[in-house]
Amino acid sequence: MDVAAATKLGAGIAVIALAGVGIGIGNIFSALVTSIARNPAARDQVFGLGILGFALTEAVALFALLIAFLILFT
Amino acid sequence: MAGGGDIKIRPLEQFQLHDVWGLGSVHFTQANAIMALGAALVLALLYFGSRPQAVVPGRLQALAELSYDFTYRMAVDQIGPEGKRFFPFIFTLFFFVLMGNLLGLVPFSFTYTSHIAVTGALAIMVIVMVTFVAVREHGWKFLTYFFPAGAPKFLFPLIVPIEVISYLSRPVSLSIRLFANMVAGHVMFAVFASFVVMLGGASILGAVAAAFPLAINVVLMGFELLVAALQAYVFAILTCIYLHDAVHLH
Repeated sequence: MDVAAATKLGAGIAVIALAGVGIGIGNIFSALVTSIARNPAARDQVFGLGILGFALTEAVALFALLIAFLILFT
Repeated sequence: MAGGGDIKIRPLEQFQLHDVWGLGSVHFTQANAIMALGAALVLALLYFGSRPQAVVPGRLQALAELSYDFTYRMAVDQIGPEGKRFFPFIFTLFFFVLMGNLLGLVPFSFTYTSHIAVTGALAIMVIVMVTFVAVREHGWKFLTYFFPAGAPKFLFPLIVPIEVISYLSRPVSLSIRLFANMVAGHVMFAVFASFVVMLGGASILGAVAAAFPLAINVVLMGFELLVAALQAYVFAILTCIYLHDAVHLH
C-alpha cells in the first residue's frame, strides 16, 4: 500500500471517534429536553448547562478532527 | 484553469505568520496587530460606554453594562463571594479570547486564538495563577486537594496520582480545546471554499453545483459565530471553576 492511500485511510480511521461524540451530544440534548419537559420553569438555568456540556463534548470531536487534518495536510 | 483538478487544497496556509512591522530580530506579526486591535476595541467600548453615565443607557452604554454584568455574574456565581477579587482577571481573559475568535471571522483577518502558542500561554497563566491563589489561601493544606477528606486511606496510592494528573492536564485540555475549535472551523471554511473554486472551474454544470458548498460556507459562518462566543465563554467559565476549586478546595 502506498503512503498516499495509507494517509487517506488513516484520516478516515481517526474520525471514527466521532461516533462516541455523537452519542454523547445526543445524550446531553435528550437529557435537556427531558428536564425542560418535566420542569419548564427551570429552562433558563438548564439551557446554559446543556450548552456548556455540548461545547465540552464538541471539543472531543474537534480533537479527532484535528488529528485527521494533521494526517491529511501536513 | 480547465480541469480544476490541478488545484491543491492547502487549508493550513492561512495560519502562517507574516511580519507587518519588523526591526531586526523583533517581529511584529499580523497576530500581534490583531491582538492590539482587539484590546483597543475592548478598551474603547468600556471608555465610550461608561462616559455618558445616563440613567437610561444608550446602545453603547447598554453593551458595556451588559458585558460587565455578564462576566461579573459569571465570576460571582461560580467562585462565590470571593469572585469579586478575580472579576477583573476573568473579564480580561473572556474579552481577549472573544475578540480573538470574533475578529478572526472577519474576512482577510487572522485568528490569533488558532495558535497553540497563544492559547497555551493563556492556559499556563491561568493554571499558575490558580496554584498561586490556592497556596496563598491555604498554605500547605493545599496538598489535601489531591486527597479528598472522605476517601478511604488504602486508596491513597491510587487517588493521589490520578488527582495530580488530572490537575496537570487542565492547562493542556483548556488550551487544545480553544485552539482545535478555531483551527477546525477555519480549515472547514478553506476546504468548502476550495470546493467552490474546483467546481466553478470544472464546467457550466459545476458552476451551478458550486452554489451548494458556498451555501454551506454561509451557514458555517453563522455556526462559527456561535462557536466563537461559546468557546470564549467555556474558557472563562472553566477558569472560574478552577479558581473555585483553588479557593474552596473541592
